[in-house]
Formats: sequence, structure tokens, C-alpha cells
Amino acid sequence: MQNSPQAGRPPGVDRRSFLKAGAAAAIAISGTALINAREAWGLETKSLSPETMRTLIVLARDIYPHDRLADRFYAIAVKGWDEKSAGNAATKEMVVAGVLVLDANAKAAHGVGYADVAWEEDRVALLRPMSEGAFFQAVRSDLISSLYNQHEIWPLFGYEGESASKGGYIHRGFNDLDWL
Amino acid sequence: MAQFDLNDDSVVVIVGSGAGGGTLGTDLARNGIKTVILEAGGRYEIEDFINDEWASFLQLAWKDPRTTSGTWEVHKDFPGLPAWIVKAVGGSTVHWAGASLRLRDHEMRTRTVYGDVAGANLLDWPITVAEMEPWYAKAEDRMGTTRTNGIPGLPGNNNYKVLEAGAKKLGYTEVSTGRMSINSQPRDGRGSCQQIGFCFQGCKSGAKWSTLYAEIPKGEATGKLEVRDQCQALHIEHDASGKVTAVVYADKDGKLQRQKARVVAVAGNSIESPRLLLNSASSMFPDGLANSSGQVGRNYMRHLTGSVYAIMPKPVHMYRGTTMAGIVQDEAKNDPGRGFVGGYEFETLSLGLAFMAAFLRPGAWGREFTSAIDGYDHMAGLWIVGEDMPQETNRVTLDPKVKDRFGLPVASVHVDDHANDLAMRAHAYKQGSALYEAVGAVRAFPTPPYPSTHNLGTNRMSEKPRDGVVNKWGQTHDVKNLFVSDGSQFTTGGAENPTLTIVALATRQADTIATMMGKNEI
Repeated sequence: MQNSPQAGRPPGVDRRSFLKAGAAAAIAISGTALINAREAWGLETKSLSPETMRTLIVLARDIYPHDRLADRFYAIAVKGWDEKSAGNAATKEMVVAGVLVLDANAKAAHGVGYADVAWEEDRVALLRPMSEGAFFQAVRSDLISSLYNQHEIWPLFGYEGESASKGGYIHRGFNDLDWL
Repeated sequence: MAQFDLNDDSVVVIVGSGAGGGTLGTDLARNGIKTVILEAGGRYEIEDFINDEWASFLQLAWKDPRTTSGTWEVHKDFPGLPAWIVKAVGGSTVHWAGASLRLRDHEMRTRTVYGDVAGANLLDWPITVAEMEPWYAKAEDRMGTTRTNGIPGLPGNNNYKVLEAGAKKLGYTEVSTGRMSINSQPRDGRGSCQQIGFCFQGCKSGAKWSTLYAEIPKGEATGKLEVRDQCQALHIEHDASGKVTAVVYADKDGKLQRQKARVVAVAGNSIESPRLLLNSASSMFPDGLANSSGQVGRNYMRHLTGSVYAIMPKPVHMYRGTTMAGIVQDEAKNDPGRGFVGGYEFETLSLGLAFMAAFLRPGAWGREFTSAIDGYDHMAGLWIVGEDMPQETNRVTLDPKVKDRFGLPVASVHVDDHANDLAMRAHAYKQGSALYEAVGAVRAFPTPPYPSTHNLGTNRMSEKPRDGVVNKWGQTHDVKNLFVSDGSQFTTGGAENPTLTIVALATRQADTIATMMGKNEI
């Protein structure tokens, strides 16, 4: 999650956002889109601002930090908030207000918005006081399924998922443990 | 297949098609008795089951609103989901893990053996283990329970290997792959276990016994059993003499229907069964049907539960193979010297990554939590099944505010842990962690109880009508043609997974109902 000058510079991304050193440094903003050149993905926002989405991505990683997971899994995990905000004014207001508070607290403590605070420990310290609040709890509980139920991440944790169509594990290692 | 008229008042109507209702209905039909099962959920066959935790949960679980209160952790972690049980034909025999254990002698005589435990509403069962013996034997035979009837045990998976090695290091001796109603070899027209995992999501090979495919089709084949799925019972009606006469239900289109009945048996699991009786209050039964004792809904038990997951030094892949792959029974004895009465079993358990994230430590976040998840493929896990104390104030009531889509009050489940429960759980966490540490665990996690799968006791059996809801046959003390046929009959919970006992009681009850009907007593 560090700035990556080798990653190349996609067209339309201004140099300033690219050189930021915070948690979100790999995620650039262009118009209404987020672009992660290193992981070669982009995300067009519909309802929430790209800045808000970028903060949600960093927030998601701070809540459930797995160094083995690329940003795109966190982006997929929080994308639902953009979709839900498009159809529900109350949801949008909760998300926007939650990110505003987060940014205001970050600016007061560190002089930059939440996503640009460099150390995870400092960001987590900002989260702790709001961890019982509705915004944090909504984002956190949603991640339980929106992050951990992404089937693409399962192999990264050594979980093999569906097995019946493969004949179960009777011939595929159900009792292969040999280190005891 | 049978189809009975709504006005046919000679039928037995059973509410629920799980271990109790599905078994009872099948046996009554085999006895030539016309039987209608009303099942609130849909009918999903083996090919419909999904090897995916969340998708399967959405397909099979009871998700209709319920409320909770009390000091139990489930209220904090899952306030709208007190129980993880099934709403489908087959009930929770679709979801169950297969462990088939008999209650122990002392567990059916707890008031005598444990004495007066402050705050506990202990009572001896009106039947003994000796009386249950032939019915247990019949149940084990029909379910194909391993290590009975000459059926070999299942092979142990990786999760079991860790459990067994740790248990032996601790000096435990009663360690095995257990008595499971999962075929270790083909039997009763069903194949043997393919070690698929996903036992909780419905067995895709049919090796695990379930009323859905191992019982109900046999009942239907007699032409005497009709199963109406997506039919939610709303209330039970009675006549001026106090005998029940009909069950009013909402059919699959939400239309109200009235099925007349000669006998009604309630088997909707220990939350819905008391709710149905309470929602059936009338001027003759102002506190709810069969509730002259005031005990309907009370003494709710859920087994102690809790899990220990541990990160081992090398990979385990605990999710491969049978979910409940083995058992340690040394702590199931009653030894008050440990600081509590009753005992507990350790049984292996595993969750997929998606449910591990939801259940390992609900509400947790940050690196302590995610570093545990990072060790997922190195995890081994066990579940604690211990006897919890019946308490009058642990109860299912009608929620004063929340109503279901038919306008009826939903069930509200209140539980406060008893001091004995807390002492036993602390002991089990300590022993479970020690078990894994004995074989090199890097970290061990005392995982709080999941929403309840073993729901018991809310219409309990008692010798005297004032102490409980049903007699030793599951017949209500107040209404002679009204029966309870599920785990809500349990006077106390024991330390054993309840399905075998529910099936044994249902088999016995079918015999009793047939005899009583034959003599025109009901």
C-alpha cells in the first residue's frame, strides 16, 4: 500500500494525487472514477463521490486488514455502499456523514484526511472512539459477508469451498495430516 | 400420494417435519393412520442443497423475525437470530451434524442426583433410561447410527486427528469418531459418506440421516401421509369440551385454511412450539393451550455451547470431511468436584471461511482478529455441548410489539446464563485450549456460542401436571388429544446432542398414539 512510481501513470490522473504518501496512495482519482494502476482496476462511482469511496476502501482494510489481499477485494466489498446510496437517501447521508466525521477527526489530529493518514495505527486510533457508532457498525458488519464471502479470496486463505461436485474429500485429502 | 380433505376430522395433524414430526408422521402412516404434516418451510431435495454457507443459510434457515433478551451473548451478537435452525421439510435434520448419543442415567434424574441447585428448575424425567432403552435401540437401527448394530465408525478427518492427539496427551481416554447417523457403508438405500464437509448445509450424498429423504418418503409411500409444505400453523382450535379439533394455517399463497383433526401433535422446535400454544389462547385456555401449569415456554434450554478454535503449527484443513468428525466424552460425567453439576462433550466442528469470519468473535475487528483468520488453514476446532440448567425465567414468550406477516406476535427468547453454566463453560474453554496446546497450538480462541441449534425444554415432560406441560408420552396434561413431539418435551437437556432422543421419543409416541386411537381413548 505504498506509493508506487513504477506503476506507470494512467491518462487523466493528476500528478498531485498520485504522489500522495498515505494509505490510499495507490488509489488515484480521475473525475468520478477511482483508478488503481498497480492492480490495474478502475471503479466508476454512481452516487458517492470518488473521495468518499476511496476512504471507504481504506476504512475496510483498516477494519479487516489482510496483507495478502489486494485493494480490489476491499473495493468490491464496499462497492455496495455506492449502489445502496443511489437508491436510498438515508443510507447515503449516513455514509457521507460518517466519512465527513472521520476526515474531520483525521485533519484535526494529523492535518490530512483519513485516507491519507500514513500509519494504520494512527487510523485505527481514530476509529476506536466511533467503533460503537451506527456508521462504523454498518460498514463493519456488511464486510463480514461483502469481504469474506467473496469466493475469489477463499483460496488465498487455503479454503477450498464447494466440494460435492468434486466427489467430496474422500480421495482428496480429508485425512492427509501427517505432522502429528 | 395421499391428499386429505380439510374437513376430514379423522386425521392426525402434525405441525413440523423434523426429527420429531417427520418420524412421528412416518410411523403413524405405517400404522395405517391418516396423517397430515404441516411444514412452514419449503421442500428442498438433495440436489437443491448448496455447498456455500451463506447461500445455504438463505435457502434453509428460519429467518422470520424473533426477538431476544437476557445476559446470554447471543442476544448481543445476534439479537434477531436466537436460533440457527431450519425452515424446510426435514426441519433441522437437514442441518444437523449427525451425532447420535443416548442420554445418561443421571441426566434423566437430575433433581435427585444434582439436588437443589439454586435458581435451577430441575426435575427428574417421568421416564428412565431403562424405559428408553428399546426405543433408543430402534432409533439407532432406523437411523443407521455408527458403532451400533455392527455398523463401523466413520474414518477420522484431519480435524479429528488433532482432537484425538490432543485429547490423549491430556490423558482423556473416551475419544473416538463417535456414534454418527451418517452411513460409513451403504445402508437403507443410501450411500456412504464422501467426506464432503458442508454437513450443516444439507448432505449432498444423502449419507446423513434426515427425515427429508430417509423417513418421509417411506411414510408417503403408504398412501397415508400427506406433507403440505409452505404451510405455517397459526393456531389450534378446540371444542367446548376442551379437545382440540383443528389447526388453522396459512397456505403457500398466504390463504388461511382450517384442517380438522382427531389428534394434533406439535413439533415445530422449542421456539415455535410454545409460540403456537401461546398464540392458541382462548376463553377456556386464557394463558395459552395446555398451559394450566404456566410452564409453556419456560425452562428454555440450549445446551451450554461455545467453541475452541486453535491455530496449529502446520496446516489442518479442518473443513475437509465430516463436520462433527469425533468426540471426547471424558468430561460428560457428573463430577461436582469440578465446580459445577452435569458435564459436557467435546465434538469437532469446523466452519468455512465465510462463517468463521461471522462467528469466531462476533463484532471483533483489527489485526488480532484478522491474524486469526489468516491462520484459517492451520485451524482445528471443537464445539462444547454441555448440560445447561433449566430456569423458569429462561423462556419463550410472545413479543408484545413485533408481529409476523400474518399479524401474530413473534417469539421472544430470554436467556440468562446460570452460574453453573458459566462455571462449566469456563472449565470447557480451559480444557479445550489445553487440548490443542498439548499438540503445539500457537494460539487458541474461546469462541462464544452461536445462535442455538439445540433448542429444548419449553413444553417439558413431568409426572405431575403442575410441574410441566406433557406427560411421559408427550401427551399434554390438559388436553388429551394434543401431543408435543419435539425437543421441547425434554425435562432437562443432558450433555448429548438431542436428535437421537427426539427420534426415540417420537417412535415411542407413535406407538402410544396408535394404541390410544385403537382403544378410542383419543
